[in-house]
Amino acid sequence: MNTEALFLSLRLAATVSILLLALALPLAYGLAFSTWRGKFLLESVVALPLVLPPTVLGFYALVAMGPRGPLGKIWQMVFGHPLAFTFAGLVLASMLYSLPFAVQPLVASFESLDHRLLDASAVLGADRARTFLRIILPLAWPGVLTALVLSFAHTLGEFGVVLMVGGNLPGITRTVSIDIYDRVQALDYTAAHQTALLLLLISFVVLSIVYGVNRRVWSPWPAK
Amino acid sequence: MLNVQIRKQFHSNGAQPFVLDAAASFAPGFTVLFGPSGAGKSTLLDCIAGLQRPDSGEIRLGEKVFFDAASNLSLPPQRRELAYVFQSLALFPHLSVEQNIRYGLDKLPVSEQTERTSGIAKAFRIENFLSRRPAELSGGEKQRVALARALVTSPRLLLLDEPLTGLDSALRRSILEDLRAWNEANRIPILYVTHNREEVDAIGERVITLVNGRVQETGAPRAVLDAPRSIELAHAAGFENVLPAIVVEHRPADGVMRVSLDHAACEIEIPLGDAAPGSEVRVAIRAGDILVATEPPHFLSARNILPGTIESRETRGTMVALRVKAGATFQVHVTPGAVRALDLSPGLLVWLVIKTHSCHLVR
Repeated sequence: MNTEALFLSLRLAATVSILLLALALPLAYGLAFSTWRGKFLLESVVALPLVLPPTVLGFYALVAMGPRGPLGKIWQMVFGHPLAFTFAGLVLASMLYSLPFAVQPLVASFESLDHRLLDASAVLGADRARTFLRIILPLAWPGVLTALVLSFAHTLGEFGVVLMVGGNLPGITRTVSIDIYDRVQALDYTAAHQTALLLLLISFVVLSIVYGVNRRVWSPWPAK
Repeated sequence: MLNVQIRKQFHSNGAQPFVLDAAASFAPGFTVLFGPSGAGKSTLLDCIAGLQRPDSGEIRLGEKVFFDAASNLSLPPQRRELAYVFQSLALFPHLSVEQNIRYGLDKLPVSEQTERTSGIAKAFRIENFLSRRPAELSGGEKQRVALARALVTSPRLLLLDEPLTGLDSALRRSILEDLRAWNEANRIPILYVTHNREEVDAIGERVITLVNGRVQETGAPRAVLDAPRSIELAHAAGFENVLPAIVVEHRPADGVMRVSLDHAACEIEIPLGDAAPGSEVRVAIRAGDILVATEPPHFLSARNILPGTIESRETRGTMVALRVKAGATFQVHVTPGAVRALDLSPGLLVWLVIKTHSCHLVR
């Protein structure tokens, strides 16, 4: 089994899910609570990666990150090296690709909160930040965990976007799904089997956590 | 003194938009906000709290302007220094009772937080379960915690939206007692929304009735609720019989007027009111204010004695509801004992006895 590819994938998935959570929390807050009329446009943009073929997404990401793309130029200016075909480029593209998997569970859990709790918090003098930290986040934690786990799992298994923006550089951008593809191409089915089975197990465990939490199997608060 | 004069229109898909158009003043002490459901009571409280924004008007608490449409000023709820107990109570489910109570005190020094929390916990008799979560409390305990959490902040205005719904009357009385004691020490305006007549009588300093988004009447509970002047209010105030009537004649010498009920089905006497002969009115009579006799009664002061037939009988707990056709159809409430003693059953010929002053003119 190619442990290098596996660890690269795990590192990528962990980095992406944590960075994505930081991005998705304010985005989901806005989508759940704002009364802005144009909100549906933002909702559509967030959901785009769900329907776009990963190659389309990867293609645009590659163009943007290339040496002549806007993102690539800025990156080159700030860090002094190109963005495409690097781990950082992979992280950026993967965040875009997994965005809906982080945002949508958060929006759903924010929206299902009893709004009277937020009203009560406001009347008791708490500003938005305090209400968010003390009320919204603790009560929406299954949504937060779901967002983390789903974006982790989704990033772990991505293929098309990685191939487009990352290529296939061992230790840098050769992730586990690309490794499996390579093995199959090389007719090394045993190695492909081993890695594929491991990926299957990881995905199953991760999804079981999500569904278990959402059925409140391990809820730390007693049922209402 | 809280002064409210606001207007807010709700656009719905239905034909008629709902309009809250309320003007009222609330002095320190209890004011009961009474009205049928959907009258806009909770919306009015939300506007006062700053959780909803009126389209126009003004809300002031003493010198402090909460809302002024003219100068486009709307103080956020955080800065209105008021407390609001919702119908759902909205206790934070993931925080302990103590954390719930301390939630609104975070800007105070810790020592004062502790002092205030233990003080209010004692006043509302919840000091023994400060470490529990709301889910581990009974209904009455939850209501006490919600009141304590609201009052510990020393608000300058208190909004209570049916805070004691669903409690038995003994528990309700005991909580009301604690609330009243608190109010003796802290004279602030308290707006108390309720449907419950017993609570109105227990609190009863003033009643403001709200019907279809408008303030209809203001006054002492008895004056307002025992003589409701609108059909919605009559139903909300527990008048089971609200019958269409036409004024037949005035008898000023007797202090009464005669009205014919339900398209001339029968005639009764009601207190003289400001409705000209020939005008269409409604008469409200409580089902419990009607007597039932199984023989024609004599030598009574009651002026309205109507022969009729029992159409149906339905037992509701400790009360039996009869439907009696006596020209018009009347709802009559009697005790199970009376049903047994007089053998009141459908088909029986009876006489309904209604005091003139049990009949209320409704517009």
